[in-house]
Amino acid sequence: MRKFSAFAVAREAMRSHKGWEKQWANPEPKSSYDVIIVGAGGHGLATAYYLASVHGITNVAVLEKGWLGGGNTGRNTTIIRSNYLYDESAGMYNHAVKLWEGLSQELNYNVMFSQRGVMMLTHNVHDVQVAQRHLHANRLNGVDNSWVTPEEAKEFCPPLNISKSVRYPVMGAALQRKGGVARHDAVAWGYARKAAAMGVHIIQQCEVKSVNRDESGAVTGVNTTRGTINSKKVGVVAAGHTSVLMDMAGVRMPLESYPLQALVSEPVKPIFPCVVMSNTVHAYISQSDKGELVIGAGTDQYTSYSQTGGLHIATHTLEAICEMFPIFARMKMLRSWGGIVDVTPDRSPILAKTPVKGLYVNCGWGTGGFKATPGSGHVFAHTIANDEPHKINAGFTLERFHNGRLIDEAAAAAVAH
Amino acid sequence: MLLIYCPYCEKELPEIEFHGEGEAHIERPANMADLSDEDFEKFFFIRENEKGIVFERWRHLHGCGRFFNAARHSVSDKFIKTYKAGEPKPKLTKKEIEAVLPPAKSTPANEPIWTIEKEGEKK
Repeated sequence: MRKFSAFAVAREAMRSHKGWEKQWANPEPKSSYDVIIVGAGGHGLATAYYLASVHGITNVAVLEKGWLGGGNTGRNTTIIRSNYLYDESAGMYNHAVKLWEGLSQELNYNVMFSQRGVMMLTHNVHDVQVAQRHLHANRLNGVDNSWVTPEEAKEFCPPLNISKSVRYPVMGAALQRKGGVARHDAVAWGYARKAAAMGVHIIQQCEVKSVNRDESGAVTGVNTTRGTINSKKVGVVAAGHTSVLMDMAGVRMPLESYPLQALVSEPVKPIFPCVVMSNTVHAYISQSDKGELVIGAGTDQYTSYSQTGGLHIATHTLEAICEMFPIFARMKMLRSWGGIVDVTPDRSPILAKTPVKGLYVNCGWGTGGFKATPGSGHVFAHTIANDEPHKINAGFTLERFHNGRLIDEAAAAAVAH
Repeated sequence: MLLIYCPYCEKELPEIEFHGEGEAHIERPANMADLSDEDFEKFFFIRENEKGIVFERWRHLHGCGRFFNAARHSVSDKFIKTYKAGEPKPKLTKKEIEAVLPPAKSTPANEPIWTIEKEGEKK
């Protein structure tokens, strides 16, 4: 793998860009690997990369039924923040933010991580109290977050409407300056490129059809559309399809899969300098480096695997955005799409061993998994390599749903959906 | 937006009149206090989340207000039927299921629309 550098760009400019090589191979699957990861999204590829780079396990296959980064990794709104309420969540998401900060250098791939600030608006007394509670919890956990008045919020994000005459006036905001965005495709590509260079096989268009287990119940491999592949360790990182895959191994999951939509506007010149979200009126907006406004809508109310959602869900978000940012009222929306998100009862992920020996699962990220990509991959690789969770994901077990040790971010309303 | 047939109002109405109430036919145990943690988990947290035919509850919130059940395909999102609360889970016929199956190449999730360029193959 050739290193990307200013020199490489200049060299290629001199020879009509004919020297760029393929960033990863498309190998035929071998008959066995040390570890199989099911799902070549950001989390799966990050897991493979950290297995290779941190734990020295390079005989790894990442199986993907579609194409690399084509699921929720390519469908999210790219927001990164770590201002969660509970200690476990703060630990997990802040671990990810720390890894994001050095990721482009580590991968030698520009993931365009931009800490432009994430501002969460409050519109009533309850919102203010919830935000203050989060601020204090974050302060105790060493997570960056601060309170801004409506005027300061307006200064930070000039298009914001702080008029008192709107239905839900802004009463202040929690601002995480270290939050921001990254280029989602580049994250998958960067991890894929570096992992492939270390010997990881990324096998696309290879759908897992069943999971094989021996007499003791331990995992022995998977049957795929490209033949049987053996491995004593299988990590399932399949987002919305986790229930389907885990069912093949006889493990029933506390998950429901919902469509989640996003949309982008026509591209315009830079106008929106940060990320703004509001749980109360459900506005969720930022601007990509291409100039499009990137808008996140909510989940539909029914479970589905259709990767499409109802138009009224997107309309709801746009109505809120038009009130918060009247300047955008006449903008045209360019594209909308949906992804399937796997939601747990407490809205916290599961990164854990399972009752089946050799089977590991990283799922339940629901509506907000992108921000955790590096941290999730890092601790999940540790869990697989050592057959023991990292201290950061020790609480994100599957057992918490029968021992009651929930990480109840849903009740804490820390998520935007 | 889905169109949902309310079996009480006997009308097909837009989804915004309804509220989704999750998986149907989950029986609330009568002896809740005696349940083991495992059994409580099964009742309270574990869900079928089927990729295929799902049985789910709906409530006609902005209409008659009543709960009812539905059978739907979770890839095509097409309803097979809705039926009143308290009625047993219907046995679906092959014909009914075939009528709501998604087309074989409906979504990228079913059928990748992109193919791998073989090593050494010329464009």
